[in-house]
Amino acid sequence: MLLVHSASRWLESHPHGLYVRPADVWIDPARPVAFAAITHGHADHARSGHGAVFATPETLAIMALRYGVDVDSSDNAAFAYSEGFTRGGVEFRFHPAGHVLGSAQISMIYRGERVVVTGDYKRRADPTCKAFEVVPCDIFITEATFGLPVFRHPPTGDEIQKLITAAAAEPERCVLVGAYALGKAQRVIAELRQAGWHQPIYLHGAMERMCALYQDYGIELGALRRVADTEKAEMAGQIILAPPSALHDRWSRRLPDPVTAMASGWMRVRQRARQRMVELPLILSDHADWDELTQTIAEVNPEECWITHGSEDGLIRWCELHQRKARALHLIGRDVEGEGETAIAEYEVRTPEKAKG
Amino acid sequence: MKPFAALIDRLIYTRSRNRKLALIADYLKRIPDPDRGWAMAALTESLDFPPIKATMIRRLLATWVDEQLFRLSRQFVGDTAETAALLWPEGPDLSDELGRDGQEIGEATEELTISAVVEQLSGATRANAAEIVAHLLDQLDADGRYALLKLALGGMRVGVSARLAKQAFAQAFDVPIDDVEEFWHAIAPPYDALFAWGEGRSERPSFDHLPFFRPFMLAHPLEDGVALDLNHYAAEWKWDGIRVQLVRSGSEVRLFSRGGEEIGQSFPELLSALDRDMVLDGELMVRGEGQGGDAQDAAASFNALQQRLGRKSVTKKMLADYPAFVRLYDVLALDGADLRPLPWTERRQQLEALAPTLLPHRFDLSRLIATQDFAALAQLREGARDAAIEGVMLKRRDAPYVAGRRAGLWYKWKRDPLTADCVMMYAQRGNGRRASFYSDYSFGCWNEDGELLPVGKAYSGFTDQELKWLDRFVRDHTVNRFGPVREVEKTLVLEVAFDSIHHSKRHKSGLAMRFPRIVRIRRDKPAAEADHIATLMALVR
Repeated sequence: MLLVHSASRWLESHPHGLYVRPADVWIDPARPVAFAAITHGHADHARSGHGAVFATPETLAIMALRYGVDVDSSDNAAFAYSEGFTRGGVEFRFHPAGHVLGSAQISMIYRGERVVVTGDYKRRADPTCKAFEVVPCDIFITEATFGLPVFRHPPTGDEIQKLITAAAAEPERCVLVGAYALGKAQRVIAELRQAGWHQPIYLHGAMERMCALYQDYGIELGALRRVADTEKAEMAGQIILAPPSALHDRWSRRLPDPVTAMASGWMRVRQRARQRMVELPLILSDHADWDELTQTIAEVNPEECWITHGSEDGLIRWCELHQRKARALHLIGRDVEGEGETAIAEYEVRTPEKAKG
Repeated sequence: MKPFAALIDRLIYTRSRNRKLALIADYLKRIPDPDRGWAMAALTESLDFPPIKATMIRRLLATWVDEQLFRLSRQFVGDTAETAALLWPEGPDLSDELGRDGQEIGEATEELTISAVVEQLSGATRANAAEIVAHLLDQLDADGRYALLKLALGGMRVGVSARLAKQAFAQAFDVPIDDVEEFWHAIAPPYDALFAWGEGRSERPSFDHLPFFRPFMLAHPLEDGVALDLNHYAAEWKWDGIRVQLVRSGSEVRLFSRGGEEIGQSFPELLSALDRDMVLDGELMVRGEGQGGDAQDAAASFNALQQRLGRKSVTKKMLADYPAFVRLYDVLALDGADLRPLPWTERRQQLEALAPTLLPHRFDLSRLIATQDFAALAQLREGARDAAIEGVMLKRRDAPYVAGRRAGLWYKWKRDPLTADCVMMYAQRGNGRRASFYSDYSFGCWNEDGELLPVGKAYSGFTDQELKWLDRFVRDHTVNRFGPVREVEKTLVLEVAFDSIHHSKRHKSGLAMRFPRIVRIRRDKPAAEADHIATLMALVR
């Protein structure tokens, strides 16, 4: 155990999560605990096996879908944005993080001191989730996935247009987009619809249930079809979505000469995109880029920043240059390279058969 | 600069050769002179701006970005040009500014062309280079900045060889690639005359007065069991160096490799060795320890030559330790006369007359193999255990020197390859159409302690059917994953063929194979019975 801050003896950073001692609550723990508050449904934040889960209704529904968490169990509790609960004298509250459907920052007030844990977040518009809210606090615990100044995500509309152009450019081929099954896939679909792409969008089996869940929450995704139920020829000139791990797998052999695309913030770096054998990199991320990270710190204007998973060094250096107090927290199990979503993709890919039934 | 930046970007991510060709060809047809010519020069690495260096770019960035943040970013991105392109501050949004002034967008600022960029970079001196580059960077977006820095620093790394770019030119304008190759070295960027000819606006140019590259005449492999009539074909040894063309025209001398790349800077001793205009075709080798039959023919193995290849500058010690010479196969031009239309017999006569007049330590004549009988030739070929001999060449006596591989004219008859039974150790996914298959295999042989040590890597030699089987095997027998690489159970024996094997400090086994390929999957053979390192060591020559 490590006491991370003298002013916050009540909040402990352990390798497998943040522990709120007076409340006996863990935030996004990497192993099963009695009481867990969860920021969002990605597998590196939401694990199975907790005694009681506190989260937004959408996150609970996602966990129910993935791990069979019992939404109706009296142990678990769902809280809408700006609602919360008090436990052991700590006042917890959920605020929109703009990362994926149901994603939340968790704020905590204990003896007058206020801490915000962002989980993963972004600042730009996303038609599939509520926009990030600036919550003033004393200690701001922020992610740093793209915590280097080389990461500046271009406008979303430009990247979506690249995708549409590619589909039209080679009508005998299809465009196969690697996108994580939770969040990125639905966002790409919703953005395509906004940009005027009204043709059916074809899905890898592993994405179906999550898309249906989004649709249940009123997010318009238009006509979706299963690749498995479609003739090869029908998919020429069309857009297909699959988890990144399926891009170069045997699964993709059933597609008509796919142009391999990948929607991720890492696509900003050319050699990274090349390593992943991507033909059409789409710089689309559900994480804040460098400008958003630094802008958010400035807006929240905390006494102190604690920086977790990602390029902590870069963001800490920025804080130093701007006379801000900052320190790195080293949490394990945060899947930075996969933009926090690889584990899920793997999980989803292994269960497509189950998804059918 | 926009269309060029877009082309570079597409090329980086395109793996298919045909698609690369189509992308470049399309660009060359769409873009006007001289922009497209400069783009070709950039793609073929024909541009050089000595005052612009990576260290200069780094210093330039230091005015904008904290040194520590730059270092962290550079580490992450792995490329100075790309890091700088991403970190350079975006200029003010011009469309907004113009909108406010009520001006039409696009009218006010002229798009920065690649020609303008080349012109400004060419004018750079060490004193003002940083300022010029900074000014150019200010006018471009991130992709444009990347293209600019790559162009300025060299090393495009877009997976396009000079040969491929020339092929794209030939494809774009439907002209013979041999002509493009031939003219290429005679014209300087931005190649206006070449485009004029390609588009049919001018006659086929003539460059006989310039030291240009003539595309090589190449040979087909001789198929098993085929015997040729030696009355019609001359036989000579195929030497194991690199094929070169040495051209002298006027006072200029150039040395070209098989692909038409200039390699003269690595071999200065050859550039000063001619005193008469001529074009010679031969094998570049290094003098060695008595290999090649007799003292006069002595050449070292390919390994020795490798010490000299690809060097930008050569030390005196290099020149002394690995002296280069050319073993002459043919003469293509002499005193300005093109000899290529003459039959081989006549060119050979001229070559035999010419060879003794050249510097003896820099040139010798590739000897003909004196035999009238094909069966006897076959025996000589088998008996040739010399490291500098790769096999036998058979050349039609009445054939002119023509570019490329023409049926029936020249044959190469390589020595039978060496083979070894190796055990598959690792597999990696292939590229392009093989991206979903584990198609690149590393294999090893046993050492004295009963350990497997890698001896090579191969990704060819098998059929599509065998590839499917191998892919299945890898997936079912994976014991470890390292990124794109899978380690497999050491149970599968592969029969590997290779042209030769050499000592290598790079590999733990101390061995490196030349042209390894998989000839057979030996499902019948237990891994324990695969070959030993010591057996392979004995094949090193």
